[in-house]
Amino acid sequence: MKLNKALISIIIFFTTFANAYSMDAEVFVQSTINRASEILNENISKQEKMDKLKIVAKETVDIKGIGFYTLGSVRKTLDGSQKSEYSKLFERYFLKSFSSRLAEYSNPEIDVNSKEVLNENYTIVNSILKSDGQRPDIKIDWRIYTKKKDSPLIRDLIIEGLSLARTQKEEFASILNTNNGDINSLFQALDTFAKN
Amino acid sequence: MYKKLLIILITTFALTSNLSASSDGELLLKKNEPTEVKDCFEKLNRATFAFNNALDGILFKPVASVYRVLPSPVRSGVSNSLDNLSNLVTIPNNILQGEFKKAGVNTGRLLLNSTIGIFGLVDVATYMGLEEYEKEDYGQSLAKHGVGPGCYIVLPVLGPSTARDTVASTLNFLGGDPWYNVTVRTDTHYVSHEDYYASKVTGGVDFRAKNYNSIENLKENSVDFYASVKSLYLQDRQQKILNSKKIISTQDDSDWEEIDNN
Repeated sequence: MKLNKALISIIIFFTTFANAYSMDAEVFVQSTINRASEILNENISKQEKMDKLKIVAKETVDIKGIGFYTLGSVRKTLDGSQKSEYSKLFERYFLKSFSSRLAEYSNPEIDVNSKEVLNENYTIVNSILKSDGQRPDIKIDWRIYTKKKDSPLIRDLIIEGLSLARTQKEEFASILNTNNGDINSLFQALDTFAKN
Repeated sequence: MYKKLLIILITTFALTSNLSASSDGELLLKKNEPTEVKDCFEKLNRATFAFNNALDGILFKPVASVYRVLPSPVRSGVSNSLDNLSNLVTIPNNILQGEFKKAGVNTGRLLLNSTIGIFGLVDVATYMGLEEYEKEDYGQSLAKHGVGPGCYIVLPVLGPSTARDTVASTLNFLGGDPWYNVTVRTDTHYVSHEDYYASKVTGGVDFRAKNYNSIENLKENSVDFYASVKSLYLQDRQQKILNSKKIISTQDDSDWEEIDNN
């Protein structure tokens, strides 16, 4: 009887609040930072940290979207199998690059300061990576895709005004450019990076 | 040799820049858009970049790694002195850009820090309420007056630049930099040309030390390090010209609409 009551209460709770639930972009960024910080503070090897950070990235970053964004207009020329091959390679590349960059930081202190709602789809969350004595404070802005209210996603990190997605897009464009637009050269570069 | 290089630069500059004056922010943004800057000498640029990278490995990186473990007051003193010297170029450029209030504040900062701040070692001006503004140079002033960046260039030792900024930086040696004037151009008996070159090398080491981990990280995690540096440099330059740390349309939303709908 008690169990039934508890079950009914839980069902009512979820049916009442679940639809109304939406995660604020600022809270989302803060919680992502907290998860990453916890991992970075753990007394484990760099590889173990990277493996854990990859899980966080898979849940919080729009990897597939960023992949096609950074491909630029070339994405329109790819057929289905090339798109699927690219998505796989890009995810491996991105997760390695992302986790390896982050794993270098130990005990990072990031303050989330404010947010700017750009439109229904995007919010920029402003934060500061505090100085560690050897480098000054670093301003980090997070471009959050907020269309799906209950599951926001990171679409770019803007460090001191410099966009990582944009840098990556121009890096890929350069590889394609120096190889006469051959998409296989990009696949090769991503594969080599992920394997090394 | 130098004459030839100068002629190449000026020709490139004249061919690729649009000299029509413009104060329109949007036009300024578009003109300095990184994707619009052509890499006309990519092969040569990549070779120079490789040379600079090797030089960094044998000179700047080892020196910076020692410099960054010096006590914090030493590093901030050096950094403050270099910032203070940079005001000598920033102030005339504030004026050239019509930013008279900033020129006044920077002049106040220069006077206070050079005297009470013991040759710029201590940034007393900030404590006294004169906040530091962004550094300005002749390239930024030309950009503000509508001159486009021209081709992307990697200079030996000095690193990334554009045709406009390279030509503009020669103004420093033609009387535009008071620090150069009193150290190299005129014999003042108090400071010599060694002081000028020492300040430039120290500036390079200070920059490398402040960005030590970021540069190593970028090097390790780039599939094309040259392209990454080029993109970051041009984005940074665009921001400095617009004097904005605000996010400048980092992404084209029409791209995302197409991706989201597929």
